[in-house]
Amino acid sequence: MEQFQVRGTAKKRAGGHRHQAITGVNTSGNLEILVERVLPDRECLVDVTTAVTGFRAIWEAVIQEFFERSSPGGLRFSINDGGARPDTVTLRLMQSARLMETEA
Amino acid sequence: MSNLLQPHEADWYEASARERVAGLLDPKSFVEFVGPEQRAMSPHLAQFDLTGAFDDGIVVGRGRLDRQEVFVAAQEGRFMGGAFGEVHGAKLLGLLRAARDGAGRGGPRAVLLLLDTGGVRLQEANAGELAISEIINAIAQVRSAGIPVLGLVGGRAGAFGGGGIITACCSRIVVSEHARVSVSGPEVIETNKGVEEFDSKDRALVWRVCGVRTRYLTGGADCYVKGSIQDFREAAIALIAHAPPFELATLNAEQQRLAERLERFGDCRDAPEIWRKAGLPQPERIAEITDDAFLAIQRPTGADHDAR
Repeated sequence: MEQFQVRGTAKKRAGGHRHQAITGVNTSGNLEILVERVLPDRECLVDVTTAVTGFRAIWEAVIQEFFERSSPGGLRFSINDGGARPDTVTLRLMQSARLMETEA
Repeated sequence: MSNLLQPHEADWYEASARERVAGLLDPKSFVEFVGPEQRAMSPHLAQFDLTGAFDDGIVVGRGRLDRQEVFVAAQEGRFMGGAFGEVHGAKLLGLLRAARDGAGRGGPRAVLLLLDTGGVRLQEANAGELAISEIINAIAQVRSAGIPVLGLVGGRAGAFGGGGIITACCSRIVVSEHARVSVSGPEVIETNKGVEEFDSKDRALVWRVCGVRTRYLTGGADCYVKGSIQDFREAAIALIAHAPPFELATLNAEQQRLAERLERFGDCRDAPEIWRKAGLPQPERIAEITDDAFLAIQRPTGADHDAR
């Protein structure tokens, strides 16, 4: 198990008014993401807890690319990961950011 | 967007715990207790180098079913097999006690348990076993207070171990084809008694013995549905009004029914032997026919769960 944080600055604040959302399940090859609108301005943060050690550099690359593509300013993402592949992580991050733009 | 499945149209088996709750209850009526943002997570899993879940694998809360206030708990069968740990069990126990305390004072019309569990989580087994005992006790208290407890089983983990016992304690039980309900799981039986006793890799055997078609025909379930979330919703609405009273006469009748069932079928080695003895048509094919054909079968007499 490995835990770390990835911080970034988005181009703009995330849309919508939803306070929180959760998606995915922490199971083999998958992950759950809890999103909360708790950060100021364009800050964003991902808290990662992963079952698989040694892939921090890849996580950071995937998350920084997500910050670029989605502009999730003001959102804090908390991840419980069961060994998802990078493409699954990207998909879930995009999905969770999109959920915050929808109605609760 | 209009061609997306609506929540209630989705398949129960494929849906997550949260999707099941959303589709089962009246739209947007669900209010979660101890939601994931509170991070009430297992204090034990990290000691085993395991990552947890923000809701510890169970969603609990209140909502409306056909405009009636209900409490609901849904296990996530894909997180650690939906197994009971300390927090997971405490959330369900708290929900049941809240329902009991609300009886006669504007409390819920019913409690819905969306079970999807392999039983106790081995990493916190003592806490899990204690939780299951307390939950069984609480179900009896809720039912004694006049509030029906409905068990809904249609997930990939089924309801095993203490989850199977909890299912059997419910006022009414709704199931769909993929589900299994038992106490000791197939692999546990094989490990303890040998492959000659039970081959856990023989999936057809597992479903014939543990599967819910067998449960339904022998009174281990009250309603067999085709498997969409909407099917479970309609069944739950219909059954709430017909829950048996939880009283001595009901329990005595159920005890007598089970004794008679054991007397009649106790020496059977496989489900088709039961169907043959019960006089059902084409007993060897019951496990493989379509849901429609299965639902057309007349249940053997005495199969009613509460023996009325």
